[in-house]
Amino acid sequence: MGYTAKFRVWRGTDEDGALNDYDVDVNEGEVVLDVIHRLQATQAPDLAVRWNCKAGKCGSCSAEINGRPRLLCMTRMNTFDQSETVTVTPLRAFPVIRDLVTNVSFNYQKAREVPSFTPPPDLKAGDYRMQQIDVERSQEFRKCIECFLCQDTCHVIRDHEENKPVFAGPRFFIRIAELDMHPLDTLERKHSAQEDYGLGYCNITKCCTEVCPEGIHITDNAIIPMKERVVDAKYDPAFGLFRVLRARSKSTKTMNEQADRAWSLLCSVEAGDVDYASVRSDVEDAMRQAKGVASTGTVLASLEALDHFEAGRLDEAAAEAQASLSWHRSAQERSDAWVTLARVYDAQERPTATVEAIENARRHWPDNPRLRHFGGDERRP
Amino acid sequence: MTQTDHSGPLAAGTGAPGRAHITLRTLRTDRWWVQPAITAGVLFSFVIYATWRAFENAYYYATPYLSPFYSPCVAENCAPGSDDLGRLVGDWYPLSPALLILVFPLGFRMTCYYYRKAYYRSFWLSPPACAVAEPHRTYTGETRAPLILQNSHRWFFYAGLVFNVILTWDALLGFRNSDGDWGHMGLGTVVLLTNATLLWLYSLSCHSCRNTFGGRLKHFSKHPIRYRTWTFVSRLNTRHPLFAWLSLFGVALTDFYIRLLATGTISDPTFF
Repeated sequence: MGYTAKFRVWRGTDEDGALNDYDVDVNEGEVVLDVIHRLQATQAPDLAVRWNCKAGKCGSCSAEINGRPRLLCMTRMNTFDQSETVTVTPLRAFPVIRDLVTNVSFNYQKAREVPSFTPPPDLKAGDYRMQQIDVERSQEFRKCIECFLCQDTCHVIRDHEENKPVFAGPRFFIRIAELDMHPLDTLERKHSAQEDYGLGYCNITKCCTEVCPEGIHITDNAIIPMKERVVDAKYDPAFGLFRVLRARSKSTKTMNEQADRAWSLLCSVEAGDVDYASVRSDVEDAMRQAKGVASTGTVLASLEALDHFEAGRLDEAAAEAQASLSWHRSAQERSDAWVTLARVYDAQERPTATVEAIENARRHWPDNPRLRHFGGDERRP
Repeated sequence: MTQTDHSGPLAAGTGAPGRAHITLRTLRTDRWWVQPAITAGVLFSFVIYATWRAFENAYYYATPYLSPFYSPCVAENCAPGSDDLGRLVGDWYPLSPALLILVFPLGFRMTCYYYRKAYYRSFWLSPPACAVAEPHRTYTGETRAPLILQNSHRWFFYAGLVFNVILTWDALLGFRNSDGDWGHMGLGTVVLLTNATLLWLYSLSCHSCRNTFGGRLKHFSKHPIRYRTWTFVSRLNTRHPLFAWLSLFGVALTDFYIRLLATGTISDPTFF
């Protein structure tokens, strides 16, 4: 059943404009965009309105209907009382071009500022098989049709133009969340979400979620999870402690691995299997990595002592071995330090000190394989 | 295409240069002010009641029921029988025992994502409703003190879990009679159990809980148990506002019921 509706449409440019009243015919089943088109066809041929698909999928016909950000093509006329005046204005958060058309370039500028998906550089096509449960969260955000209604209703920029340079807006928070939740994305996006894109400006009043025509749970599934990830990274005491312990554990593992590697090479030199010159760069590399994560300068003293000895720096070798004896409580490490000292004393032709050092080494660890240099049946490393 | 010049000084609000010249604060025709008004009224009423009860320092223990406003009661001046965790604070503390502990549940609710939405809209009018201009000239959100402290929600979440355990224990203590014998139950037991259940639902549906259990993961497929837990918490999370209100009413009504018992206004119906 058709009727004549009262419409009030904003007409004007960025310099001036006003709400104009129209009486327009409405037919059953029509949406607001149909009525706007009829208005164009019958009364206001120069009325500017942006539209395209008329199916709620292109995001072109965003406007404000009775003060609420809506898609013109998805707002049915039967949701209004027939006596009601329907007010249609352009989006009020962006500069107007003419009538119902606004300049939404702000959003494209923000889109360019978000770094794109960044998979691991060495990942080849087909190397990774994506599981459905890994992409479900991101798929919700991919429904976005970029109508920018969420950007329009967000009071952070709607009511405060001065915030536009520092605030990306809800549409781009779901983009950042989509990428940060992607299993293969490698960029660090938590700190930048807060520091570069203004996540902290959002006070989660959920207007973006209320106006989203795709029903994306912008606040609950994107913005709050990103805020929580920022808390993970910066503010959570338990997670911070866990991260420190894990980093320390990882550092210890790295140090042990690299120290073992250097020690093994030096033992090969000591056993006469290889020349020191041929493994020198590998030893230095391993020791540099081990020392890079060592908690103090003394934990690698045994290793340093042997390295100094093999390099011919006898005084330094003796000093490091003594330091090792001072710091290390493990019988095997003390034995190794005594073996290195014995070799230093032997090279310095100090037989009494050498014998004493060998006896100490044997006392701490009778089966120390390095003692084979001084006779006996010790096994090689 | 018309280009808008942004080089000049910018005005705050929808009247900024280049935007459609509409002077009205909003063109909404619905009663957008009803929801923030109701929220403000209910929250204000709760704050008044909770403040009065916290400072009243009386009628919070009716054997074997302890009011959630005073649990755990750890001050020297706690009512006899209400100090199950011990009187950890010395007799130098003269004020109400409730004031020692309420900062934790209060902090949990104050920093809760749902309550933030509720009171930002209803008290701070930032904004009062969607597409209704807020009255403030400037806005920095939660980027600086004091509102950056909203990021402490995680801390209060952890503390809230401890309180839930204590309040659940209080509910279990309700299975005693006034002589301390186990195996009895009254209406107060049901009240305390309901209160504890609602508080658990509120805490477990919390956004921080959701993140803790799995939200922070990138690879759900590598953590199937955490994924299932996250899925369960996510289902609860959709009802977080409901649990927020129910648990708020639950705490207040539980306290009120115990006050009625403690003042002798009513007696507790005993089931067995």
